[in-house]
Amino acid sequence: MVASKNDALPVEFRHVSYSVPGVAAPIISDLNLKIERSETLVLLGESGCGKTTTLKLVNRLLLPTEGEVLVEGRTTDQWDAIRLRRQTGYVIQEAGLFPHFTVERNVALVPALEGWEAGRVRERVRELLELVGLDPQKFASRYPRDLSGGQRQRVGVARALAAEPPLLLLDEPFGALDPLTRAALQKEFAELSRRLGKTVIFVTHDVREALLLASRIGLMHAGRLVLMETPAGFLRSQEPHARAYIETLRLDEELSASLTRRSV
Amino acid sequence: MSAWEFLRNNWSDLALRAQEHLTLVLVSTLIAVIIGVPLGILLTRRQSLRGPVLGAASVMQTVPSLALFGLLIPLPFIGGIRERPAIVALVLYALLPIIRNTVTGILGVDRSVREAAVAMGMTDRQILWQVELPLAMGVILTGVRVATVICVGVTTIAAAVGAGGLGVYIFRGLRQNDNYLLLAGAVPAALMALLADFGLGLLEKRFDVRNQQAEQSGRPLLKRSKLAWALLAAILCLVAALAWRGAYSTAGTPQTSPERVTVGSKDFTESVILGEMAAQLLEARGLFVERRFELGGNLAHDALISGQIDLYPEYTGTSYTAILHHQPITDPRAVYEQVKREYAENFHTEVSAPLGFSNDFAILVRGTDARRLNLKTISDVAPHAARMRAGLGQDFMSRADGYPGFSRAYGLKFSGRPREMDLSLTYRALAAGQVDLIAGNSTDGLIAALDLVQLEDDRHYFPPYEAVILIREETLARIPVAAEALARLHNAISTDEMRRLNYEVDGKKRDAKTVVREWIIKQGPGKN
Repeated sequence: MVASKNDALPVEFRHVSYSVPGVAAPIISDLNLKIERSETLVLLGESGCGKTTTLKLVNRLLLPTEGEVLVEGRTTDQWDAIRLRRQTGYVIQEAGLFPHFTVERNVALVPALEGWEAGRVRERVRELLELVGLDPQKFASRYPRDLSGGQRQRVGVARALAAEPPLLLLDEPFGALDPLTRAALQKEFAELSRRLGKTVIFVTHDVREALLLASRIGLMHAGRLVLMETPAGFLRSQEPHARAYIETLRLDEELSASLTRRSV
Repeated sequence: MSAWEFLRNNWSDLALRAQEHLTLVLVSTLIAVIIGVPLGILLTRRQSLRGPVLGAASVMQTVPSLALFGLLIPLPFIGGIRERPAIVALVLYALLPIIRNTVTGILGVDRSVREAAVAMGMTDRQILWQVELPLAMGVILTGVRVATVICVGVTTIAAAVGAGGLGVYIFRGLRQNDNYLLLAGAVPAALMALLADFGLGLLEKRFDVRNQQAEQSGRPLLKRSKLAWALLAAILCLVAALAWRGAYSTAGTPQTSPERVTVGSKDFTESVILGEMAAQLLEARGLFVERRFELGGNLAHDALISGQIDLYPEYTGTSYTAILHHQPITDPRAVYEQVKREYAENFHTEVSAPLGFSNDFAILVRGTDARRLNLKTISDVAPHAARMRAGLGQDFMSRADGYPGFSRAYGLKFSGRPREMDLSLTYRALAAGQVDLIAGNSTDGLIAALDLVQLEDDRHYFPPYEAVILIREETLARIPVAAEALARLHNAISTDEMRRLNYEVDGKKRDAKTVVREWIIKQGPGKN
């Protein structure tokens, strides 16, 4: 969409803090982030570390209490919130599909709001459903309650992509899925984001997911960014919180190794 | 009289009452929706208002309906009698469930759905119309359903302020101790409530997202909303048609139309009979008469003063004590003269010549007791009072010339506090031996029918209650022929005659209109 004419970063955080009135500890303190075009930045951290808040600061669901968040070179408070959100795809854990809309209308939401012509919308919906691996013939007229968790998340992704936003925000989109479905969707999404070349900010607490999808991993703890590394760099890092995550991977490997030995 | 006969005789009036009832319910519910839903939406946006507004609406609902109607009568614009105060009161009752369910429904929308809607870049208005209202519709409709059912019930009480409806039958039935009348009001009202409950329940189900069956073909959402719109349109048309008919039938207040006279009556049989006599005599002169009968409490007076009715039958003693607030006196002439003078001065209302009988308070005991204890006067009761139970109407307990002065004047101390109950029920209670002494009306037809004995007021405690017609001076000036027509009532009805007429209606369950028509024929052509 807005292929930036200048070389402004898609998203930049400058000394951003966010706190809620009446709560002593800020949810985010002095966060600095630079997100490059077409990269997939994964924000990794345990619940309550401020990663979801960080995401909400990007599409102006929240405004920073200190510092500034820039999207395409403009601070979010300069953006018209509606415009900003319509060109930012957003996927959340429970998908947040409208239960009274069919799959087709859910996916068509933003194009319809943007006043696309009906034929073009229908064509776009068909295209997107195929892209996320759902047969349009079969799924277009169904309601969200008739779908499995994985199918709903696919529709959620399709909805986020519908109006061709250059920026995609995902908040633990696969967190509530069973392990097999999750693994399948992770793989497909990695493929998809590589193909589409979108700028992606992806929030998760799953280190495997982070390593699989990320071009860079931003590790957050207690409202601060404690590490920013490529997946390879992350695995080598001596930062204590990163070590703790890597340790869980090592434990998994040891467990499977020992089980394999025992069964031999 | 069989139920079938009753239905055949009253069919058209019953249909009219049902239509009045339905109109009141529909108009009130519609207004409550128009006010309540936007107010509920506002409350979801302004949290600080939520407590106060919902609190006020809850308080409204705890005010007993009869009290609310009473409070509304003296208010300008929204008060008075007939439909207006009834609709205001009904709307006030209907608001709470509608506001509360709108708030609950909208706030109950899944958080993730709302968050997604905001994050997709929907405006507040788009979120409201496309997400919140459709998803809350089931819950809001539940509120409307509850409100409608409440309205169907409360509307029965609106008859007390002259708004009509099925309550007319219920009140009449209570007064006349007539189960047919009671059921004629209660059964259709109950059916209406059930139908409203069922019909709106169906509509609600269609909107309930969780219960919708998967509809795979076509464009189900479009179909669904088409049906809903069609239903809504049908309801609106019905309301508009009924409201139009209502407006048409009440168009032209008495003041604006020269040929039209509105006759009122109080809410007991005798007053209805006298009102009907006046109405038929006026009709005989070619006037168009509108009847506003069975107005409770002081409503008839209020309606007369405010010009909503032109005339109604009254009793001098009532005017003297209850309206003009004088201490009771016993000289009929003095009471009549003073009432006549003060009505002319204060209310520009003419008091007609007495109709010939007075309807005094009658202290009544069972005939068997009277004969056994040789009771002839009220003074005779004093030695036995300690063993007697009194049952008295609410009216008698509270008025200036009622129980407190009465018991003092005769030195009566009954066994326990008098039972306070509806006047019409005291007769049955006395006959059934549940109480031993009641204060009834001297012209009541039930006195003879139930073998009751009226004790003489030997200390002349009770003020005289001569029957008269009160008529606005303005009406007499506008329609001179009215005075001539009503002159036929002067001194025309004896106490015995009135007792008989009352019994025809109360005892024999005959229609007041017919009884009056026969009476007029029997009277022969007018003296003038």
